Amino acid sequence: MTTTKRAFLQGIRDSLPFIVVVAPFAMLFGVVATEAGLSPLQTFGFSVAVIAGAAQFAAVQLMADNAPVLIIVATALAVNLRMAMYSASIAPYLRGVPFWQRAFMSYMLVDQSYAQGLLKYETEPDLTPSARVAYFFGTMMLNMPLWYGGTLVGALLGNRIPQDYALDFAVPITFLALVGPMLKTAAHVAAAFTSVLLTLVLAFLPYNLGLMVAALVAMMVGAQVELMVERRRA
Amino acid sequence: MSMSDVQIWTVIVLVAIGTFLIRFSFIGLIGDRDLPPWVLRHLRYTPVAVLPGLVAPLVLWPEATGGNPDLPRLMAAAVTVLLGVMFKNLLLAIFGGGATLFVMLQVMAG
Repeated sequence: MTTTKRAFLQGIRDSLPFIVVVAPFAMLFGVVATEAGLSPLQTFGFSVAVIAGAAQFAAVQLMADNAPVLIIVATALAVNLRMAMYSASIAPYLRGVPFWQRAFMSYMLVDQSYAQGLLKYETEPDLTPSARVAYFFGTMMLNMPLWYGGTLVGALLGNRIPQDYALDFAVPITFLALVGPMLKTAAHVAAAFTSVLLTLVLAFLPYNLGLMVAALVAMMVGAQVELMVERRRA
Repeated sequence: MSMSDVQIWTVIVLVAIGTFLIRFSFIGLIGDRDLPPWVLRHLRYTPVAVLPGLVAPLVLWPEATGGNPDLPRLMAAAVTVLLGVMFKNLLLAIFGGGATLFVMLQVMAG
């Protein structure tokens, strides 16, 4: 077996544990999106075009609130801004990878392919560029179709799920579950706290502008706290 | 929701293009030049700056209760965050929070 093929299969194998998360998360998106008023085709199209769970949930939430298109787009993209950091940190490992493959990798750059890929590249610095690409594709080979398929299944079943399951709270719980593990440092906690406090205080602003302001200030607070902690250590 | 099909597709297409450009930024466009540290420092906090703010009003003023704070939802939110912080496990946090909500709604109803 070639090293490229082996890397591809290894990527698939290492991604197996994530299947447990992706399938229900995808179905939940299908249910929530159709409940908000999207057609199954729109829901499915959203997942295929974007593959970014948190941002899709955020957009659908705002759609249900009838927020203006620009605000919805801006919020969803703000949720995805972290991926610029992923892109920056993985780029040095992709020297010598053809342009079209880089484009495909970009489309598939999600939290888990990034985390898994980077870990692999760091622990095995001698991998060839083609093996790196193969491994990365491997990590998404099952998860990508699962995300599409799960979304569609959720969208088609959506109407048949009874109302009294308090599904309104599925999105908050999913987001909070994502945030919990991210609260690694004082800076992260400070940013999260600022975000909550300011959105609530600014809730009177139209078009969810309060959230945008709160997010910007929270990013600055996080960065400043990080600097303060670093300085104290030095 | 009162959005038209055109508006919905517009959101989908714009988010898709924007998200691709964000992902493609360094991998495809800027290459492997380093970002200034202050930019990285801010980007590091985007998820924790956006997600909690997005959720806070939904937790405190849920639409399902006519915008009134409600104990089952508050407790479910607290349990979800606590489990996530303590065990760093997404699934555990989701199911823990969901179970809390379910049990509390039953208790309050009965």
